This record gives sequence, C-alpha cells and structure tokens, in this order.
Amino acid sequence: MNLVRIHAIARKETLHVRRDMRSLLITFAIPVMLMLLYGYALSLDVNEVPLIVFDQNVTPASREFVSQFTGSRYFSRAGHAATLRDVERAIDRGTAMAGLVVPFNFERLVQEGQAAPVQLIIDGSDANRAIIARGYAQLAAATYAGRVMLDEVARAGIRPPEPPIDLRTRVWFNEDLASRNLIVPGLIAVVMTVIGALLTALSVAREWEQGTMEQLIATPVRRYELVLGKLAPYFVVGLCDLMLCVAMGSLVFHVPLRGSIPLLMAGSVVFLVGALGMGMLISIATRNVQLAVQTAMMVTYMPALILSGFFIAIPNMPLAIQWITRIVPARYFVTLLKCIYLKGLGLELLWPDAVLLVVFAAAVLLLAVRKFKKRLA
Amino acid sequence: MANEVEIVGLERRFGSFVAVNGISLEVKQGEVFGFIGPNGAGKSTTIRMLCGILPPTAGSGSVAGFDIRTQAERIKQHIGYMSQKFSLYDDLTVEENLTFFSGIYRIPSAVRKARMDWAVAMAGLEAHRSALTRTLAGGWKQRLALGCAVLHEPRIVFLDEPTAGVDPLSRRRFWDLIYDLAGRGVTVFVTTHYMDEAEYCDRIGLVYRGELIALGSPNELKTGVMREAVLEVACARPQDALEVAERCTSVREAALFGAGLHAVAADASRATAELRAALDAAGCTVSRIEPITPSLEDVFVSLIEAHDRAAADKEAAA
Repeated sequence: MNLVRIHAIARKETLHVRRDMRSLLITFAIPVMLMLLYGYALSLDVNEVPLIVFDQNVTPASREFVSQFTGSRYFSRAGHAATLRDVERAIDRGTAMAGLVVPFNFERLVQEGQAAPVQLIIDGSDANRAIIARGYAQLAAATYAGRVMLDEVARAGIRPPEPPIDLRTRVWFNEDLASRNLIVPGLIAVVMTVIGALLTALSVAREWEQGTMEQLIATPVRRYELVLGKLAPYFVVGLCDLMLCVAMGSLVFHVPLRGSIPLLMAGSVVFLVGALGMGMLISIATRNVQLAVQTAMMVTYMPALILSGFFIAIPNMPLAIQWITRIVPARYFVTLLKCIYLKGLGLELLWPDAVLLVVFAAAVLLLAVRKFKKRLA
Repeated sequence: MANEVEIVGLERRFGSFVAVNGISLEVKQGEVFGFIGPNGAGKSTTIRMLCGILPPTAGSGSVAGFDIRTQAERIKQHIGYMSQKFSLYDDLTVEENLTFFSGIYRIPSAVRKARMDWAVAMAGLEAHRSALTRTLAGGWKQRLALGCAVLHEPRIVFLDEPTAGVDPLSRRRFWDLIYDLAGRGVTVFVTTHYMDEAEYCDRIGLVYRGELIALGSPNELKTGVMREAVLEVACARPQDALEVAERCTSVREAALFGAGLHAVAADASRATAELRAALDAAGCTVSRIEPITPSLEDVFVSLIEAHDRAAADKEAAA
C-alpha cells in the first residue's frame, strides 16, 4: 500500500473538484431535485377520488347515503349530475373518476327493507387507483347498510346481535399508511446510486480525453493507487450528498428514522463505495466522457428506479424479473434503508443485505482495478 | 558505453495499417538522439512502445536494460516522458502540477523541495509558481512539462515533439535545456519534424511511412548518404529559372532555395556547364554556381524521394 501516491492523486483530484464549482453545485442540486421531485410527486396514496353523484331520489335517506361517500377523505365531490349522460361525460373528460347513481325509489326501498340497487361507475384505466377506490366505495356502502339494519332491528325492539367477527387492525411500522414514509428511504438509495456513479464517471474518461492519462500511465503509478486516490475526494462529496438526503427526509418529508443512525451511516458508506466504484469502472471501460455519463445513467438510474423495489414491490413482479432484481445492488440498499428507517431493525436481521453490499463494493473496486490498463491500446 | 535503448525489428500494426515497420536502432547513454520524420511517419508510435504504454505487435527491445514487452513497469521508473499533446493539468497551478508528479514519483520529502525549485528555475517560472497552468504561454508550458518529466532524475527522457507550435526563441531555449540534461549524462530521445532541430542531435534516425530509412550523425548523413551533388545556383528570376533547370537532362531535380535554386545532379561539372548555358540563354543571368554540402533537408528529401521511387517500382513490378 503506497500512501504517498494515493495521497498525491487524491489531492490532485480534490483540486479538480474545487476548481470546478459549477460541477460541484450540480452534484448537490441533483439529489435535492430528485428528492423533491419523487418525494412530492410519487405518492401511491389514493385520496380524494373525484366523485360525481347522480341522485335521482333527493330525499333525506339518499342524501345521507351520498354523504357517507363525500364526507370521507377518500372521495371528493366532483359535481352534480342531472342525467346519466352527465356522469358519462364527467368520466370521459376525467373531471370525475367515479360516478354514483342513486335510483329514484331509493328511500322507499330502504324503508321497506328491500335492497336498493345503487350503481357505481369507476374509471378503470388506472387499475390500481380503481381497485382502491372500489374498496373505499364498498366500505362506505357497507357502513351505511349496516347502520340501516341496526336501526331497523332497534325499531323492532330486538336487541341488536353482536357482529360475528370483530376485526381489529393494527398497522405496524407505517401507522399513517403514508406511502411517503416508504418512498423516501428508498429514494435515498436511488439518489445515492445515481450520484455515486455520476461523480466518478468522468474522473478517468476525462483524463483519457484530455491526454493527461498518457502521461500518467508512463509513470510507475500502480493501478490500485490510481483507483483509490481518485475515489477519495468523491467519497467525501458523496457523503455530503448522503447527509443532505437524510436531512431532507427528516426535515422536509418528516419521515421517522427509527433505527440506529450509525448503522444507517455504515450501510450507506459501504454502498457509496460500491456506487462510486461502479462509476469508476464505467469511466475506465469507456475512456469517453459522454459515453461514460450515458452508460452510468443507463446502468444505475433505470434499474435503481424500477428493479430495486423502491416503489414497485418486487413480490408483484414476474418471477423472471424477480431474479433479475437480485443483481441490482440498489435493491439491497433499498431493503436496508427501509428496514432501518421504518422498522428500526438492526444488523441481526439485516446482515444478509449488508454482506451483499460489501461484496458488491469489493467486486466493483476489484473489477475497476483489473479493467484499468496502463496501455494505450 | 552501454546502450540505453535497443530495439530490433520493432513493429506495430493497427488493424491492417502498419504504423511502425521493423525498426531497429540503438541509443547510447548520454546521447541526444533525434527521431525525425514527417507527421504520421510512426515517431509517436515508436516512442510509446519504448515508454511501455503501447505493446509492440512484433520485434523486441529494451530500455534502460528492461524488456519493453515484459518489464514495462520497471522501465517506467527510469524514464521521463513528455507526450506530444500538452498533458499537464490545466486547472492546477505550476506548483500543484509539480507537487503531483513529485508524489507520483515518490521523491523523498528531504529532496522534494530542492527538486521542485530546480524544475521551476529550469523552466523560468519563478514568478509564476501559483499561476494556473492554463494561463501560461506555449513555451512555458512545454518547459514545465519537461520539468515534471525529469523531476525524478530519470536516466532517459522521451520527448515527443516537445517544440511543436512553440515560438523560435522558446524552441532555442528548450534545446538549451536538452543539452543541459545530456550534459548530466541523461539520454535524450526526441522526435521532431523541424529540420534545424535535427542538426542539434548527436545522432538521428529518419523515419518515413513506418520505416527507418537513415541512421547516423548529422554529418555522416550529409556527407555519406547522398551520392549526388547539390549545386547552389544564384541567378536572376529564380521562378523562371526553376522551370529551365528542371528541363536540363543532367539535373535530376531542382528546387527553389532562398533567393536561388538547389539542383541535385549525379555529375556536378556537367550539370554546372549545362545549367549555366541554359539559364543564360533563358535570360536568367547566372551570378554563381557551386557545389555545396547538402543540408539535412536536402538529404531527407532525396532519401524520401528515393524511397518513394523504389516503392513505386516494386508496385509496378508486382
């Protein structure tokens, strides 16, 4: 291990970073932008489904039934329909996602104890939202029906029977069921994957393009000294990016951090080394700045976004794709972060992911050193 | 004297293109060896193979006693290399560039400061130590690059077109530095396409289309290689005189040179008589015709043309 040379390279690389303030600012702007963009835009919660109501009955009973929907936070009133055509039009235009059609004889049927046929039309083009909206609607209707039955029983002077099942749900880890709490920790992983690779993607390729590498490979510098020396300053920048992301998670998105902060840091440091090594490997393999940046985006951003389990649940994927996700390092980091953030788990359960991250970091660094040739052709 | 550079049948192909075609040569310790040839002749490719950054496709060689095929990394400890393109860090200062290379070459901290001061003084950059390299003029950049390349006191330095695009005064100064190095026993292997610089070398090799077509001291080449004589013709209206001279049967070739002509001929006295008669008849009054020692440029032009003729003949025969 020769520290003199590693130090010389690290120092030189630090000077490049410091002299290029614009690029340095970009390396902080990208994480902030991604965090804000995905943190705010990517909500999987279905709230306030716009509902258009065609109430043909207009009685206290029908109004009460409708308010069961519009009074909840799951639906919002998207206007009143005078005809069935109005409902169709509102759904076509997208001003409403669901239409509720109450029949003209609603009150009479309810009072006579008969089942009142109520129609619910849902725009199913977004299947996920439609399924959730349907669930909400069924719940609203069932709640109303239950109350009517209880009232009837009570009026008849009979003691209301106990419901046969009393389901008591307790939500763990994400009590508010806010998807943001799940997205933000995963988002940190995605941001670190991308920024890690981008930080180093230029480092070697730029020297080949500027011709300075030709000088450097004619010196006795060793390959690992070059790779480690170049990594060092970007590691520091990457750590700052990481702190920034974690701070934004707490201060901007109010995501609870339940696990140990040292564990979070240790895991992130290991992953950061891997991500930086990935960028370095790409830079070494391409020897071309533009190609390096494009490749880095391709091999890090897309898989991290789609195949890491960041917001698309891996168990929902086809089996073949599930297998592919196993070679996406971001996947293990997403798991690690989610578990540390939400479940507060420790290494006793997370060690397999941690080990894989260490393997990933070691492997890319080794590959980078091996791939680096002190030769022109 | 030991040979610091020795190559035998060195060859480098890029696909079907042969950039360096079977070059063999030796460079002695302390020698200033000039590698001369037009752009694209294979000078840089050869130098890169010698520095251990480009593997040869055939042939063998050694630099500083180490094999260029198998001991490239050992070679790199004993050489300084200045590549053709300016290759220091533009966004670093003079001082920072020197510090970087002194770290890379692991110059002991006890002598580091002295070596850096020496390099700064050599390059004449005392007043610019903290200037960004990008702001330096061409000649200074080249001297700084040389300083970085010899900071660790290598036995051999390889300089690839170190003076390309540099003003004449700076070129002159750069060559003073090269002599200085040679005076300290450093072997200098330098490429150039400036003919005047070829004269400064102890020995030169002429490369053309990947082949070494002449090797020797400037004096040997000027006196020994050319079998034909060069006549210097001073006359009126040299432009018209050139056409007349080219029609003379005893003159193999003629070229404008200064305010007159240079004519190459196998038989000097016959050509002198024919030229004088023809030129006077054409109204280009001749004031003087005399045989001269050919310049290196004459030698190279004649060698290259001979090489091209031979190649054309071979092609025609095949």
